[in-house]
Amino acid sequence: MENTELHTINKDESVISITGLYKSFDDVQVLDGIDFTLLKGENFAILGKSGSGKSVLIKIIVGLLKPDKGEVIVLGQQVDKLNRKELDALRIRVGFSFQSSALYDSMNVYQNLAFPLTMNYRDLSKKEVGNAVEEVLESVGLKEKLYQMPSDLSGGQRKRVGIARMLILKPEIMLFDEPTAGLDPITSNEIIELINEVKKQNNASSLIITHDLTCAKNTGDRIAMLFEGKFLKAGTFKDVFAMDNEHIKGFYNYNFIQ
Amino acid sequence: MDNSNNKKLLFSKGIDNAFISVSKAFRFTALFFKEAFKRPFHLREIFNQCFEIGIKALPLITLTGFVVGMVFTKQSRPSLEEFGATSWLPSLMGIAIVRALGALVTALICAGKVGSGIGAELGSMNVTEQIDAMEVSAINPFKYLVVTRVTATTITIPVLALYCSFLGLLGAYVNVHSVEAISIVTFCQNAFSSIRFLDIFSSLFKSIVYGFTIGIVGCYMGYNATQGTRGVGKAANRAVVLSIFLIFIEEIVIVQVTNWIRYF
Ligand SMILES: Nc1ncnc2c1ncn2[C@@H]1O[C@H](COP(=O)(O)OP(=O)(O)O)[C@@H](O)[C@H]1O
Ligand SMILES: [Mg+2]
Repeated sequence: MENTELHTINKDESVISITGLYKSFDDVQVLDGIDFTLLKGENFAILGKSGSGKSVLIKIIVGLLKPDKGEVIVLGQQVDKLNRKELDALRIRVGFSFQSSALYDSMNVYQNLAFPLTMNYRDLSKKEVGNAVEEVLESVGLKEKLYQMPSDLSGGQRKRVGIARMLILKPEIMLFDEPTAGLDPITSNEIIELINEVKKQNNASSLIITHDLTCAKNTGDRIAMLFEGKFLKAGTFKDVFAMDNEHIKGFYNYNFIQ
Repeated sequence: MDNSNNKKLLFSKGIDNAFISVSKAFRFTALFFKEAFKRPFHLREIFNQCFEIGIKALPLITLTGFVVGMVFTKQSRPSLEEFGATSWLPSLMGIAIVRALGALVTALICAGKVGSGIGAELGSMNVTEQIDAMEVSAINPFKYLVVTRVTATTITIPVLALYCSFLGLLGAYVNVHSVEAISIVTFCQNAFSSIRFLDIFSSLFKSIVYGFTIGIVGCYMGYNATQGTRGVGKAANRAVVLSIFLIFIEEIVIVQVTNWIRYF
């Protein structure tokens, strides 16, 4: 395999460490032996075409799906061995931004953001919650949308609220599922800037999965290419795309034609 | 849950899947009892849900309860007249409404209005990943969504059934009164003359069971919805069909058991 350099990394600095991960649905092998480490403080982008198993991978990281085989260690804990309480404690430290934003459509923006906070910290005062909501909303640049319903927001604004909802629990790791999918290039760039900005502010590590080359290039300190359930290569953007591999080249050409 | 298809089939695919669904439904119900008595209780959300269910079902129950009582009385009169027994009308209506109609009519209306609503709501939350979003924010969605809703239907539907019975009797009185000048006090005395504590208890028990059934079936269907928006409609539809089917089975069993106790 070509991702040997991942194993030379010092495990002490890793916040996510995955070894020999396999996952299949019915007879389809979606993840076919993934090894990967996310280091403290880095941005890692995983690039792959639609249906390559990117979402499955990060859902396994937060325990929404169970791996068939392999070890998934997040912040020092093996995710699929945790009980509900331990898993919840871990999930507060790991933020997840959904591809579809997944805002609660019966709640307005304020309630969407306050909900995770009030549910997890029951003795917060109304004022403290209000301040926290305003703070995260300001950091994603949507302060004036406090009382709107999600259905009245644009796709880009929904993404921002989704990211704000993730930030409100002050995660140490942030997972982004296709943060720029379905957005126009200008809004995409704004979201990319936002990802880099919040990562700096929160001093967190992020994992960005995307099929958007621009997004991967501009957010990832390192990137990896997911193809047929395996990582083709991991390294800096230059390293990966200097490789003479038809799938990587195909991705490159495809993205530029678009 | 995901890996069930990797196993060897015991019988045919259809039969195996039926067994898998039944065992899944039982596990879902068992999980309710496991989670329902653990903190946090989300009392406010339960209260909200009760309120919402009440608002949703009240107009239809008001109308149906009243009309059923009135029409039932009107239709029964000729048969009783043949025996010159129209004075039994209040007591007949009392038995019919308290023992059977109140709880059943309410349950059927709520299966249609409330059960399908819960199925559709949770179904759409499921397919738009809102349930997963709760999960990853360390909120137990089963407790927050399912336990609250099932508790709310179990509390609210018996209250609605009581209300429905009351309106049924009112409808009956209006019809009786239009023919004979009978005071409401006499009507009530007659209507309740043949009703035993057992009747009231069994009706109350019935509507608690129906309320639970409607809630848990709606939640189960919504929670297991797949295939995008089409799945949401399917979940709502299935919630109604299955809960009505179960309500009829429960009705038969409870009536049978009540009769055993009555003639013991
Ligand atoms: N819950 C599931 N049940 C069955 N198949 C699934 C499930 N989730 C994902 N898959 C399949 O796994 C593959 C990868 O999906 P996904 O990770 O969502 O792709 P993407 O890289 O576009 O995010 C797809 O073929 C999809 O059909
Ligand atoms: Mg995806």
